[in-house]
Amino acid sequence: MKEIYLDNAATTPVIPQVVEAVTDCLKNDYGNPSSMHRLGIRAEKRIKDAKRHVADLLKTEPEEIIFTSGGTEANNMALLGTAYSRMRRGKHCITTAIEHPSVLQAFAHLENQGFEVTYLPVDADGVISLDDLHKSIREDTILVSVMHVNNETGSIQPIREIGVMLANRPRKPVFHVDAIQSAGKLPVYPSQWGIDLLSVSGHKIHAPKGIGALYIRSGVRIQPILFGGNQQDGLRSGTENISGIVGMGEGAKWIARQLHENSDYLRKLKYTIVEKVKQALPDAVFNGNIDNGAPHILNIGFPGLKGEVLLHALEEEGVYVSSGSACSSRDRKLSHVLKAMGVDDRVLEGSIRVSVSYLTTEEEIEEFIPRLVRAVKRIERFTRR
Amino acid sequence: MEKVILIRYGEIHLKGLNRPYFEKKLLENIKKSLRHIPDVKVVRAQGRFYVENYADEAAVIDALTRVFGIVSISPAYKVEKDFEVMTEYSKKIIEKFLTGFNKGVLTFKVESRRADKHFPMNSMEISRQLGASLLRQFPRLKVDVHEPELTLNVEVREFCYLYHEVIPCAGGMPVGTNGKAALLLSGGIDSPVAGWMIAKRGVKLTAVHYHSFPYTSDRSKEKVIELARILTRYTGSMRLHVVPFTRIQQELYEKCPDQQLTILMRRFMMKIAEKIARKEKASALVTGESIGQVASQTIESLVVTNDAVSMPVFRPLIGFDKLDIMNLAQTIGTYETSILPYEDCCTIFTPKHPVTQPRLNKILESEALVDGNILIKEALENIELIEL
Repeated sequence: MKEIYLDNAATTPVIPQVVEAVTDCLKNDYGNPSSMHRLGIRAEKRIKDAKRHVADLLKTEPEEIIFTSGGTEANNMALLGTAYSRMRRGKHCITTAIEHPSVLQAFAHLENQGFEVTYLPVDADGVISLDDLHKSIREDTILVSVMHVNNETGSIQPIREIGVMLANRPRKPVFHVDAIQSAGKLPVYPSQWGIDLLSVSGHKIHAPKGIGALYIRSGVRIQPILFGGNQQDGLRSGTENISGIVGMGEGAKWIARQLHENSDYLRKLKYTIVEKVKQALPDAVFNGNIDNGAPHILNIGFPGLKGEVLLHALEEEGVYVSSGSACSSRDRKLSHVLKAMGVDDRVLEGSIRVSVSYLTTEEEIEEFIPRLVRAVKRIERFTRR
Repeated sequence: MEKVILIRYGEIHLKGLNRPYFEKKLLENIKKSLRHIPDVKVVRAQGRFYVENYADEAAVIDALTRVFGIVSISPAYKVEKDFEVMTEYSKKIIEKFLTGFNKGVLTFKVESRRADKHFPMNSMEISRQLGASLLRQFPRLKVDVHEPELTLNVEVREFCYLYHEVIPCAGGMPVGTNGKAALLLSGGIDSPVAGWMIAKRGVKLTAVHYHSFPYTSDRSKEKVIELARILTRYTGSMRLHVVPFTRIQQELYEKCPDQQLTILMRRFMMKIAEKIARKEKASALVTGESIGQVASQTIESLVVTNDAVSMPVFRPLIGFDKLDIMNLAQTIGTYETSILPYEDCCTIFTPKHPVTQPRLNKILESEALVDGNILIKEALENIELIEL
C-alpha cells in the first residue's frame, strides 16, 4: 500500500535538492565560519547565500535574517529579546489565545517575571478582532505578537491590517509575527507589512529540523538570549549550523518558486478534499473558515469519534495525519485552539488535521478519500455508548 | 595484587543435592549479566564466586546487584599471602577511605578469617598485628570493636582478600532454578513489579501483552517493549508475545452487556495467556492484580477471572497498597516508563459502570454470545513475537 503523508503542518519531507546541498556542505564546507582561513571564509559565504534565499522568500534584506535552532528559538528570541530590551518603557504585551506553545510558554515565562500579557480571544473562525486589539493597546504596550497562520486550524490573522494599525501609533509597540506555518505557502512580506520581527522554521519548508530564522527589521534592537562568541552580530552566539543553514536556504529558494508559480495548487488540493469529504461523510464538521483559511491546512471533526483512534485507523490505511486531542484516559489533552474557537467537545475530541504540501499529488488526494471513509466506517461502529 | 569482586550467595537454600544445580545456574546468570564487560572472568571457589579481570568496576557492581541469588558483594584486593603485602594494601584501603571521610577520628576494627591453616599466623594474630600497624601509620584511627565505622576484612584462603565494603544485592534465587511462568504485562505500574517479584524466586518469565491498535498507538507498544527490556536486566533474555486484541474487544462490545466488558476481556486475556504459557512450557501465570484496586480486582471479579484458566495464577502484589507497588517500581527502575502517558484510547471499551460483584453464571452466559474459540485462535495466529 502506498503511504500518503498528509501531516505537512507537523513537518515536511526534505526535498532532494536540500539533501544534496546539505550533504555537499557536510562533506566539503566543514570549516568554522569564524575561522580566519579560507575554509572559514568559504563557510561564511555559504551562510551568506542561504541568507539571501531566505531574504528573497520574505522580500527583505539578507542582513535582516538571523539563523536560529528552529521556530521555537526564533519565537523565544523575538519575545524575550524584545521584552528585555524594552522593559523600561513598559511591561505590557499582547498576543492571542491560539498561539503555538513556543509563544504562549515564552509569555508565561515573562508573566512570571512581572510582565503583563493580554490574550486576545478568537471568533468561531479562529480569527481575532482588530477592534479587540485596538482596545487592548495601552501606553505601556511594548510588544504585539500575532501568528500568521494557525498550525492546528489554518486560520489566518489580519496581519497587514495589524501592521497598519500599529504603524499609526505614536509609541509603536514592536510587532512580531510567527510565520512558521505560512512562509512559502502564503505571501508574507514583513518589510512591506509593518512587521518588525518574524519567525520561520526550516523543517516546514522541506529543509531539515534544527534550523530556523528570525527576521529582524533593520533598526529594531532586541537583546540576545544566548551568550557566547558573538556570532551573527552578537545576536545569536554559537557556531552556526552551516549544513542546516544551507538546507534552509535551499528549501526557501525552492518554496519561493512554488509560491510564485504554483500558488493555487495547495488551495486546489484543499478544496478537493473538502468537496469529497462533504459528499462521502456528511457528518464531518470543518473547524475554522474554509474559504478564509490557509491553503494547506484543514481541521475536520467527526463527532462521536476519537481523533487519536481515527488517526491510528488511518495509519493502518497508510495515511498520516494529526489529531486535535491526544486521548489518554488519565488526562484529556484537548486542543487549546479549538477550545478558544468554541468548538463543541464532541467535535473537538473527534477532530483530525489534514495538511498538504506542494509535494502532495492529486492522485494521493483521490486515494485518501476512500481510505478515510474506510477508517471512519470501521471505527464508528464502536463509538462510546 | 589484583582487584576482584567477591560474590556471596544465600546458603540457606543450598541444602543437599540442589546446591550444585543452584550454583551452576547462578554462575551462568552472572556470566550473562557481565557479557558487556570485555575479558571479564568469573571464578568459583569455596562457596562463593569472584569476578576478575575488568576495568570498569562500577559497571560490574551495577550488573551484579541485579542478579537474583546474590546476597551481597564486596570489591576486594586479592594479594599474596604475605603479611608485609597484606599490610601494604590494608594501608591503601584505609588511606583511600580517609580521603573521603570528613570527620576527624575514624573508628575501625580488623576482622580476620583464616581458611588456610598453613598460614603461620592465626586470625587473632593477624587482626592484632595488622591493627597495630595501621594505628601506627594513621593517627586519625581509633579501635572500636563493637560499632566501628569501618571494618577491614582479611580473608586468608588460596590468596588473601582484603575489603571493607559489603554491598547488599537483590537476594532471591537464580532465575531458571524454579521453572517458568507467563507474565501478563500491561503498560501500567503493577505488572512489571509482579514479574520482578516472581523472577526473584528463580522463575524464568515469558511475557504476554495485549495490543489494541488503533485504540492504542504503537507508542504504547514501544513502552511495553521498554518495560520488558528493563525486566530483562534482572531476568536475562525474555520473549514478549504481543497479542492483537482489537477484534476480541470489538466483538465483546457489540454482543455483550456493557458493564461486563472489562471482566469478559480479562477472562479472554487469561485464556490466551494460558495457551501461550502451555506452548512456552510455562506452568503458571503471573498478574499484577491487587485486591480491590479497580473494579476488575474485587475478590468476586478475581474469582470470575480465575475461573477462566486451570493453571495456577500467581498474584504477588495481591496484598500490596498502590504506594508500596509504586515504591518498588521505582527501585526496580520501571516506574518512569510505566507512567508515560500513551496508554489506552480504548475508553470506548471501558464500561462507565463496571460490575464489581460479577456472578460467574451470568458472565459465562455473556461469554457464550461470542465465538471465543475462533477469536482466541485468530489472536494466537497473529502474535508478534519479540525476543528481548
